Amino acid sequence: MVNTKVTLSGWTLDNPVIPASGTFNFGKEFAEFYDINILGTFSFKGTTRVGQFGNPTPRIAETPMGMINSVGLQNPGIDAVINKELPELKKIFNKKVIANISGYAIDDYVYCCNLIDKEDQVGIIEVNVSCPNVHGGGMAFGTDPKNVYEVTKRVKEVTTKPVYIKLSPNVTDIVSIAKAAEEAGADGISMINTLLGMRINLKTGKPIIANTMGGFSGPAIFPVALRMVHQVAKAVNIPIMGQGGVSSAEDVIEMMMAGATAVQVGAANLKNPYACKEIIEALPATMEKYGIKDLNDIIGASFK
Amino acid sequence: MYKRGVYTIGENTKIAKDVYFMTLFGDTSFITAPGQFINIELEGFYLRRPISICDWDKEKIDIIYKVVGAGTEKMAELKAGEKLDVLTGLGNGFTINNDTKAPLVIGGGVGTPPMYNLAKQLIAAGQKPTVILGFTSKDDVFYEEEFKALGCDVYVTTNDGSYGTKGFVTDVIKTLTGYDYFYTCGPEPMLKAISAATECSGQLSFEERMGCGFGGCMGCSCKTLTGYKRICKEGPILLKEEIIW
Repeated sequence: MVNTKVTLSGWTLDNPVIPASGTFNFGKEFAEFYDINILGTFSFKGTTRVGQFGNPTPRIAETPMGMINSVGLQNPGIDAVINKELPELKKIFNKKVIANISGYAIDDYVYCCNLIDKEDQVGIIEVNVSCPNVHGGGMAFGTDPKNVYEVTKRVKEVTTKPVYIKLSPNVTDIVSIAKAAEEAGADGISMINTLLGMRINLKTGKPIIANTMGGFSGPAIFPVALRMVHQVAKAVNIPIMGQGGVSSAEDVIEMMMAGATAVQVGAANLKNPYACKEIIEALPATMEKYGIKDLNDIIGASFK
Repeated sequence: MYKRGVYTIGENTKIAKDVYFMTLFGDTSFITAPGQFINIELEGFYLRRPISICDWDKEKIDIIYKVVGAGTEKMAELKAGEKLDVLTGLGNGFTINNDTKAPLVIGGGVGTPPMYNLAKQLIAAGQKPTVILGFTSKDDVFYEEEFKALGCDVYVTTNDGSYGTKGFVTDVIKTLTGYDYFYTCGPEPMLKAISAATECSGQLSFEERMGCGFGGCMGCSCKTLTGYKRICKEGPILLKEEIIW
């Protein structure tokens, strides 16, 4: 028997596999494919103060070993999430969930976190300061350590739940931003959000994505994510949820060796709706293959 | 409900310019309505290819697709006996309106395939569908005979007049009377023109670039008068009355 249990800020998960925000909506669509209670947990769709449609279509482009999305945080808004999505989720998911919160101003984050703080179904608040698809919003916060410090501090004032700050890779020095979050009292780091990318339609000469650019994800970005998790894990003393192109049990192990305590799976869910189920099922045998008895033993193995 | 399965290619034959007919043998129990689509994984491509269902029975699915890019080029090279990873049962599909008697069934180009099983089901429901198929040119025309074999009146238009009536499907619609509903799938300008050219209600099938095809990513959302809808989940079929052009 191997141990796949990991603990994030006092919350023990059956396994470290967590579908990433924006690739799992509020769970319903995936519950039609399999029993989602096998998951460690999942991070629900990025939620804002007021519901919004998001960006115009086309929102999706393909790349070799990955994809670009520019959904632009389409979501029903915090009130509908609390009054409709969470009660519906309760019927299909008996674990706590990660609440992914986005905003356009510090007050938006504070407003949403204050409300979600009262929800027993929420185990961790993941504060998204890094969405590449909203103008004047998430990305601006996530690229400046001062802003990240301020958002983190203000959010921590209104909630007793663990707060994880989701970081953008589209910065010069991700370590300084992670440190700013830690200094402001963040309980953990979630990284990385998508890389800013673009494709052009050769027939028209115009961008494929209506919003020109979008968030690049998928296996192609795994080495970049791994490197950044490694750098941040060496520099901070708070847990990391590592993500970026994770597609297999091997990737989960590698990401944990880089320094992640838990691992999020994003784009892989969209290519293969059973991706997380297959990863969870493959994890024990893959651990045995590499002589790993307890996943907790390998966290940060690359630098310890 | 939808499901992933492995399907075996029965045939993969060219039936018009850049247009191929493929049969896939496997579980079809999750397909519930004409106008639904399947999402096909292709080796070497990250995202699946959503393709509408032309027809199905207990053991196989027929699809018709047009080569428009690298993914469909790859599909055209596949041989009988090869296996594909496919999601089935996707999309809402057409709903047979039982209050009508003589609906129009209108397909534009590679939007024609889903209209075939729909026409079958309309006939089975005791209705008399009139079929209008619009293509660019003579070389693009397919499935005229198949619709005729169902017993439908079939009109074909080509933009350049090289086959059938010269012009657009709406040029035929203008000459018809007595129809009481319509179903259509094709390019968006055609859908818009049909909506404007008809006084009756109808159902229209839309296309959008998709991420997952099953409602997980919100990649294909559109605004309607009845709220935001995902083309892959609450669509691809929308009612005429709810569409914002």
